[in-house]
Amino acid sequence: MIRDSLILASVLFALGLAGVLLRRNVVFVLMSIEVMLNAAGLAFIAAGARWQQADGQVMFIFILAMAAAEVAVGLALVLALFHHYKSLDADEASRMKG
Amino acid sequence: MLDLLWLIPAAPFASAAVLLLVGRRMPRKVVATLGVVSIAVSAIVSGLVAIAFIGSPPPGNAYDQHLWTWIAVGGFHPGIALYLDPLSLIMTLVVTFVSFLIHLYSTEFMAGDEGYARFFAYMNLFVASMVMLVLGDNLLLLYLGWEGVGLCSYLLIGFWYRDPANGRAGQKAFIVTRVGDTSMAIGLFLLFHMLGTLNIQELMARARADWPVGSGLAIAAAALLLGGAVGKSAQLPLQTWLPDAMAGPTPTSALIHAATMVTAGVYLIARTHVLYEIAPAVQLAVAIIGAATLLLAGFSALVQTDIKRVLAYSTISQIGYMFLALGLGAWSAAIFHFMTHAFFKALLFLAAGIVIEALHQEHNIFHMGGLRRELPVAFWAFLAGGCALAGLPLVTAGSYSKDWIIASASPSPALWAAAIAGVLLTSLYTFRLIFLVFFGTARTPVSKQPGVAEQIPVWVLAVLSIVGGSERPAYRPFMAHLFGATPKPPEALSTIAAAAAFFTGLVCAWYFLRGDAPATNPLARFWYAGWGFDWLYGRIFVRPVEWAARVNHNDVIDSMYDGLATLARFVWRGLALTENGKLRWYAAAIAGGTLIFVALVIFL
Repeated sequence: MIRDSLILASVLFALGLAGVLLRRNVVFVLMSIEVMLNAAGLAFIAAGARWQQADGQVMFIFILAMAAAEVAVGLALVLALFHHYKSLDADEASRMKG
Repeated sequence: MLDLLWLIPAAPFASAAVLLLVGRRMPRKVVATLGVVSIAVSAIVSGLVAIAFIGSPPPGNAYDQHLWTWIAVGGFHPGIALYLDPLSLIMTLVVTFVSFLIHLYSTEFMAGDEGYARFFAYMNLFVASMVMLVLGDNLLLLYLGWEGVGLCSYLLIGFWYRDPANGRAGQKAFIVTRVGDTSMAIGLFLLFHMLGTLNIQELMARARADWPVGSGLAIAAAALLLGGAVGKSAQLPLQTWLPDAMAGPTPTSALIHAATMVTAGVYLIARTHVLYEIAPAVQLAVAIIGAATLLLAGFSALVQTDIKRVLAYSTISQIGYMFLALGLGAWSAAIFHFMTHAFFKALLFLAAGIVIEALHQEHNIFHMGGLRRELPVAFWAFLAGGCALAGLPLVTAGSYSKDWIIASASPSPALWAAAIAGVLLTSLYTFRLIFLVFFGTARTPVSKQPGVAEQIPVWVLAVLSIVGGSERPAYRPFMAHLFGATPKPPEALSTIAAAAAFFTGLVCAWYFLRGDAPATNPLARFWYAGWGFDWLYGRIFVRPVEWAARVNHNDVIDSMYDGLATLARFVWRGLALTENGKLRWYAAAIAGGTLIFVALVIFL
């Protein structure tokens, strides 16, 4: 049971990471980050169910709240980015080049 | 009276310090007064000290004045201490007195020069160093004076520094004598390591007690010190610097490169004569070096065209005589010849200075001539000095000292013959010079007559060159305290032979060496170039060093540090590539790094 859940969580996490690395659209990058967060949350839930501990669910609630905050900040940044570059391409914002 | 000894080096040193610091802002009169009076103080004090010393000799016939301890490290504590005995007394007297005359002469000779204060500062510093060299009671203090006079020699050869050739001559003198100085320094290390002191008197006593005659250590120490003496005194094989040293002002040539500094090597060997007595092989080498040098330099002097270079080769040749005397164990004769040589060679240089000044800096003797009537002072001075140099029998000081040396050489026929041949050569080149410069037809008009300040030293030195040898009967027992009573060598045959050589040279010079143009045959050119030593050393030492410097233009050692810098730049380029500003790239880097760390934690 735990094994299947963790495999699913890993697959989800990998998919999310692939999204972050491969998508250029910032909105999709944010959505991929959500997927990665939820993969982590799934892993906590599975672990909490396996060892009959409430901590797993506590951590999931915490991740949920953090994700909400992150989306709020992230979408604000996306809006500012679009306003500035007239584009949603993450590679456009590369002025910090060394 | 003897406790005033410290004033002899202190007065010129103080004056040199003042002139170096504020001399440029002083009026010329003050500079000249300070420069000359300081040396006069030295000369007067050494005269008083001499009277006191001879009048009532201190116990042991030596006076030691310990001023303060210079360095104290473990068992090594050389003092600033002055040691007065007959040898250092004679040296000090001659050095201070001749220096005083030459300083007086310089006040007029250098009058128009912009570096007036600089000149007197260097000259005073030279006198202070030279007196330190002579009076130092340990070899370290002697070495301090030794390097001090070397420095002043360098500074004064390159005194007119605007001409690069003068600077090069100074560098040559400095570097060539440095070869000898290095050998001498190693000798000092050896002596201190083996005998545990540098105090000359203790050193000599311990050397005599510890080292048997002919032992390897004694030979090594004597040979290393000889290296230093050979460099400073311009003897074979380090004689090449002295002719070029004539680039300096003429009073410098008279004082440093004729009368005093170049005889420091003679003094060193006489001072450490015990070492040479227990190393007979090295002592023989000293005699052979002296004989070879006096002949070599004599031939070179015969074909020179520059009046000062003739005198320079003559100086090398006369110091060769002193070395010959040292090598034969005639220590007193060597010092006696040093004294008379200081008088007549300083005289000749000062007279040459008058000639050069009168003829608008003309140095070539083939452009001179007929100056007998127009420059009588220079003529009579040259005649007195030249006769003393060539050794006019019975009359001049030079003949007394030289005959003594020749007579000392009589046990060894080869050395004796070399010494007699040297007299012939000396007579030839001296009278060639006199005939070319003062007889015949005038070729350059005389523009300036010497003033009083130039004439007084010349007259005094001329008188000394004639009568300076007459105190020999008193001199011999005076030095015998130090060097042991040597039997008076039979002189009759030597004196007759030397007289014959002198007159032969005089007559031959009159008939054969009064030509209008310098000799141009290959042998004369070879001699003119100083027997090709410059060429040889250029090939053996200078060229390879220059070649190595060219090859190693980009320093090999530097390439290591250059490599480090290149590596840093390369790594910087690589790291800069990662800072590309692309968010996804950074995210990938974070993910990759995390993966690596997690893998490390799991698998290790």
